[in-house]
Amino acid sequence: MAEAQNIPVGSTTAGSIAVAAESTVATRMSAPPSFDVADFPVPHGREEEWRFTPLERLRGLHDGTAVANGNGVKVDVQAPEGVTVEAVGRDDARLGKAGTPVDRVAAQAYTAFEKAGVVTVPKETVLTEPIRISVHGEGGTAFGHQVIELGAFAEAVVVIDHTGDAVLAANVDYLLGDGAKLTVVSVQDWDEKAVHVAQHNALVGRDASFKSVVVTFGGDVVRLHPRVQYAGPGGEAELFGLYFTDKGQHQEHRLLVDHNVPHCKSNVVYKGALQGEDAHAVWIGDVLIEAKAEGTDTYEMNRNLVLTDGARVDSVPNLEIETGEIVGAGHASATGRFDDEQLFYLMARGIPEHEARRLVVRGFFAELVQQIGLPDIEERLIAKIEEELEAAVA
Amino acid sequence: MATLEIRDLHVTVEADNATKEILKGVDLTVKQGETHAIMGPNGSGKSTLAYSLAGHPKYTITGGTVTLDGEDVLEMSVDERARAGLFLAMQYPVEVPGVSVSNFLRTSATAIRGEAPKLRTWVKEVKEAMERLNMDPSFAERNVNEGFSGGEKKRHEILQLELLKPKMAILDETDSGLDVDALRVVSEGVNRVRETGEVGTLLITHYTRILRYIKPDHVHVFSGGRIVESGGAELADKLENEGYEAYTKGGASA
Repeated sequence: MAEAQNIPVGSTTAGSIAVAAESTVATRMSAPPSFDVADFPVPHGREEEWRFTPLERLRGLHDGTAVANGNGVKVDVQAPEGVTVEAVGRDDARLGKAGTPVDRVAAQAYTAFEKAGVVTVPKETVLTEPIRISVHGEGGTAFGHQVIELGAFAEAVVVIDHTGDAVLAANVDYLLGDGAKLTVVSVQDWDEKAVHVAQHNALVGRDASFKSVVVTFGGDVVRLHPRVQYAGPGGEAELFGLYFTDKGQHQEHRLLVDHNVPHCKSNVVYKGALQGEDAHAVWIGDVLIEAKAEGTDTYEMNRNLVLTDGARVDSVPNLEIETGEIVGAGHASATGRFDDEQLFYLMARGIPEHEARRLVVRGFFAELVQQIGLPDIEERLIAKIEEELEAAVA
Repeated sequence: MATLEIRDLHVTVEADNATKEILKGVDLTVKQGETHAIMGPNGSGKSTLAYSLAGHPKYTITGGTVTLDGEDVLEMSVDERARAGLFLAMQYPVEVPGVSVSNFLRTSATAIRGEAPKLRTWVKEVKEAMERLNMDPSFAERNVNEGFSGGEKKRHEILQLELLKPKMAILDETDSGLDVDALRVVSEGVNRVRETGEVGTLLITHYTRILRYIKPDHVHVFSGGRIVESGGAELADKLENEGYEAYTKGGASA
């Protein structure tokens, strides 16, 4: 374990690390899913799904006052040969197939977007180069919808980069055909003022494999909601996340894996480091094993490393099991402070303090980064972590 | 010739909302090439001495001086002390997840030597040092102290001692928890470093067992936060036969 002081779920330390009370997946949302923003009341902040989020910093995404202007985000898609890239209208049948908005901002995004991006990898097409989607904020407000569809037995890696400054609400749909393999790396490397709220919906086909790597470094408020459902048995989902929450930033990752069919697997690992006054990370990990989902194998874990005083973590793993006929189900959450004994040990070997801190934090993330399985992405993340650490020790 | 001089060292620790004096005036001089054994009962302050010399933040120096070749050690940060030539082999080395032994050793050697060791000679140097300590090459790829057995942790400490070549080595109960085979391997490692004549050794131990493998020039009995008796190797034999009883009584009344 990365931390000498592991704090088990249900305990608090010095008021800065809190673990919320159990609440069930089914009752968590205050309104049923809908594509229409009008079906959701404007949140006041005490709802289960909003109680950690600073609504006043959402720049009106939650109450209808945010309006798209022309200079929201610039989206650029680079795709290898064989991939179809389209911009489609609201009536395209592929939109919304992977999932329905579950909160007001996601519904707002669905209600307000004008054109959706659709990237299609035909069946049995195995890409050797990643598809790269650059989402660059130009300072304005935007509502987006992106679909990434893989036909049966297709294999692809998609890297989505978010940079610049924007107020963005979006839905991203991942449709995996039978036996398809999709790895998506979503990097939130926003400028410091950006606000980004998005729902990710993955629909994992029979025997398909979905790997999501969510990396959040930047932004004023980033609130992501990766969700997974299965379209047939034999599906696998790996959800990895890495965040580095700095002074004043709010970074929230709310996950749901809905085991709605038998014999599927899921593995969730999110790790975060926090530094600075009012750095706030929220991790909600919901796993639902429905009564019909026999043979499910699932595990979820969240670890946080608090580097300085004044940072706050809310970590809420939640496992709801409706059948006992499963292979395995587990969850873990631990939040620890920077371990002074590790620091002493390294410094007692001549290593200067800032370098010792970097070693420890790099080590904390290394175990996760190594699981991504894409060397160029791994290298980039390590470099980015180094960059964050430079700021950390400064 | 490197000399570590400890003069009238007083150290306190905060415990249970109270300040407790642990070291009550320690005087000791260790010269390069010498081996001093510090022996004493549990709670006598031996480990406090070791950690205070290394600069652990838990301990507050309230009086006295420590110099290494005339330089004020107490003014130095933990890493500066290490770079000045002090080495503490710890009784309970901590885990550092995600940091491999090879990365750790190289980072440390770079800091101590002031420049990165040349890769080719370094790899060979580490490999040979590990072989001498009966360590499997796969050890280098494991994370620092993670899942190490007690014996592996101590070998790893002595591996660092061999690679970092300090002027003063403080070995804090390096013998504790080792079986006879591991004790022999670890002691041989310490002796290789001692035989260079380049290091002064402060061997802190509760038991006389390790002194069969590492012959001290001086033996000091530590009790009640100070050295209460000093002598040659024969003092260890006396302790072996009589235990610490005579000293703990004396320490309590002092």
